Amino acid sequence: MTLLTVEHVDARHGLLHAVRDVSFELGEGETLALVGANGAGKTTLLRTIAGAHRPAAGRVLFEGRDVTRVPPHRRVAMGITLVPEGRRLFGELTVEENLLVARSSGRRGPWTVDAVLEAFPMLEPLRRRRARMLSGGEQQATAIGRALMTNPRVLLLDEVSLGLAPVAVDGVYRSLCSLIERGTTIVLVEQDLGRAMTVASRLVCMLEGRFVLEGDAAELTREQVTEAYFGLRRASRAGSPA
Amino acid sequence: MSTATVQRWTAASLTSSGAVGCLVAALAFVPVALSANATDKLTTFLVYLILAAMWNALAGYAGLVSVGQQAFFGLGAYFAIKLSNAGVGIYPALVLGALCGGAVSVPVSWFMLRLRGGEFAIGMWVVSEIAFRLVILDYSVGGLTGTSIGPALGGFSPSDRRNDNYWLALGAAVLLLAVVFGLLRSRTGASLQAIRDDEEAAASVGVRVLAGKGIVFVLAAFGCAAAGSLWLATSLTFQPDDFFSVKWTAYMLFMALVGGLGTFEGPIVGAVVFFVIQDQWGDQGVWYLVGLGAAAILFALALPRGIWGTVEDRFGLRLLPVGYRLRMPAAGGGGAPA
Amino acid sequence: MIWLNQIVQGILLGGFYALLASGLSLMFGVMRIINLAHGDLAVLGAFFLYVLANDGGMSPWAALAVVLPSMAAGGWLLQRTMLERSLRAGVLVPLLTTLGLGIVVQNLLFEDFGADQRSLFSNIGALGYDSWRITSQISIGKLSALIFAVAVAVLVALQLFLTRTPLGRALRATAEDPDTAQLVGVDARRVYALAAAIAVAVAALAGVFLAMQSSIQPYSGPGELIFAFETVVIGGLGSLWGTLAGGIVLGVAQNVGAQIDPSWPLLAGHVVFLAVLAARVVLGEIGSRGGLQAVLGRV
Repeated sequence: MTLLTVEHVDARHGLLHAVRDVSFELGEGETLALVGANGAGKTTLLRTIAGAHRPAAGRVLFEGRDVTRVPPHRRVAMGITLVPEGRRLFGELTVEENLLVARSSGRRGPWTVDAVLEAFPMLEPLRRRRARMLSGGEQQATAIGRALMTNPRVLLLDEVSLGLAPVAVDGVYRSLCSLIERGTTIVLVEQDLGRAMTVASRLVCMLEGRFVLEGDAAELTREQVTEAYFGLRRASRAGSPA
Repeated sequence: MSTATVQRWTAASLTSSGAVGCLVAALAFVPVALSANATDKLTTFLVYLILAAMWNALAGYAGLVSVGQQAFFGLGAYFAIKLSNAGVGIYPALVLGALCGGAVSVPVSWFMLRLRGGEFAIGMWVVSEIAFRLVILDYSVGGLTGTSIGPALGGFSPSDRRNDNYWLALGAAVLLLAVVFGLLRSRTGASLQAIRDDEEAAASVGVRVLAGKGIVFVLAAFGCAAAGSLWLATSLTFQPDDFFSVKWTAYMLFMALVGGLGTFEGPIVGAVVFFVIQDQWGDQGVWYLVGLGAAAILFALALPRGIWGTVEDRFGLRLLPVGYRLRMPAAGGGGAPA
Repeated sequence: MIWLNQIVQGILLGGFYALLASGLSLMFGVMRIINLAHGDLAVLGAFFLYVLANDGGMSPWAALAVVLPSMAAGGWLLQRTMLERSLRAGVLVPLLTTLGLGIVVQNLLFEDFGADQRSLFSNIGALGYDSWRITSQISIGKLSALIFAVAVAVLVALQLFLTRTPLGRALRATAEDPDTAQLVGVDARRVYALAAAIAVAVAALAGVFLAMQSSIQPYSGPGELIFAFETVVIGGLGSLWGTLAGGIVLGVAQNVGAQIDPSWPLLAGHVVFLAVLAARVVLGEIGSRGGLQAVLGRV
């Protein structure tokens, strides 16, 4: 069943046209990897889906309902949650408080503080520690846990491996795998192509605000994605470089 | 290969600058050409204009919100009286008083400019309260009851007094605005913009933040002190709790924000609005003040960028050339620069 | 001994200042709004109660049950209608809005009540002048003690609210990062309105106590406002208990100053204020995480 539909969305940052005429559909249980270079528009697209950014044109539909005008906190209540780029934890609140705040939307479900701490056992001893004192990996785990506390139908993850040591990233992806196994629908923005392709069921590549490649992750080759990522196919089609 | 050029003047700004120059010249003739009443009113307007421009320079260009500029307003008047009592001629005393009042800002700045945001804003208010409390301890200027400079001005006829006040006010206003203009067009102006946008980033590229803020702070102090001394000349009496009242900051805030903070033309517009309100309804007592407060709220809600700020945003209009315009070369390579 | 008494009185006065300042601190810490009408709202609350007590015949304590919720509702409304919009428009716009509001409140009050000083002193019976005699030179007024106790109680209640309740947590999160708070389901507008409601209600309470302990008139607002600001800044922009400490420092400074010279109380307070700021500058603390946001977390 189609959970999320994005129709001809345009998003701007002042004069910058960050997202150009993007459309796609996401079915329940799918894991969509959204890749692309810096500045391609991935974060803006995720924020638009989450409601933190108003699109200049187009619609976002969730479970068939038009949520384009719905404010972010209400989208969380409906089941769309974003783990923002850079973790963005509430530094002065403890790990536990960060998790508890996410109950504000009122959505109930399998994810509780205990369930989250069970899924991320390294956080258990850090329960009462202030979030800004955690390491990168611990912060990322807390950020994902915080998003899980909202019991989302669709989980949007923005660059969860950024700035983390490889070991920490392994841990994050292990949790992601178990989430996927449980059937959570995920949109994952990731710069690390290898990682993205291991967990995703579908993959989309963005370049300068547009989708330039789409397909099942299993069918796409790394070469194809790399070409799309850097826009090499476009250039080779146009002739000599500008 | 043509390059982009940086333009400081556009056709529009050249025309308006020329117009402003003519206007200033015309204004010099007001006491001769217009009635006594008009001269008085324009003098009052000029004082408001100075105050508005100074607060705008502080908050709009240096990012310093001060709730205490009345300190310098009062000190300008205070020093003017002290000097006059000491035997200095009244008009020189007014000028020197303004200079002394403004000079107080230099030591004050060493400390105050290390404060940020709310601490600075309230700190300035406290500084002005301290100035007030110290001034009222000085019995030679009448303590809390204050004093009058009527006797000192005794040697001048009312019309001379009025005209001299006017020219002094006009001179001060033109000078101060010219200094602000020059500042904005200079490298300091660019650094101020940088400071206002992001202090740390500015510092990291070598902008001398404290010096930049300091220049504006001291300038604003001189301006407010000049305004205070001019106000003394026109109102004749010095009542400390009136001169050091926080209402002056309220007026400055109103004019700067309603006119358009951070624009050069904004304070002029704001001063006009404020002057018109004062002039038309000032005698309605309490209801006038309620109206003023309501106007402040309405402007804040409806035109948050101020009148001129909204005009600038809507029409991209910049009359007086304080900014930079980048002219891109015509497309297609080669050819003379645009 | 006289000095000790002045210090004691200063501490008690500090309780009042802390109560007056806590609303201001809350609004600045959560929303970064400098509410220039804060003092006027306190005075408004006091006049409201004055009318209920004198024209309505209610006991002032019973009237509080009407005044405080009404002022809270007023604060809520103020935030939702005026301040929310002003904030969106820019960080300095709320200054203009609250300035305008303060002027309107002052002058409408003047229109209704004139310039006379009003006091609730006569409405509180013996509480107004009863005191406990500690020594021949030190006495503690029952009203002052009550105000101090209420101030502490309010601060405790606020702290518990912020640390133990979901809404309090949401408030702290929003104060730190409103954008992300929204992304985890917090309705920032509701949180801001709640903070404003609490701030205005506590301000009204402080205003009522001011009217009981001395007197008020329509233009008393700005005078009280500067004390509230000094208290917040001395205590450190960001600490609830710092606000109490700030109030006490200010109160003691004023009282000791008055003892040195009767024309000095306010000057002493201002000088101490600057001295505290100077010490902070020297110690390099200035400009660190400003705002209650940093402290609401460290409550």
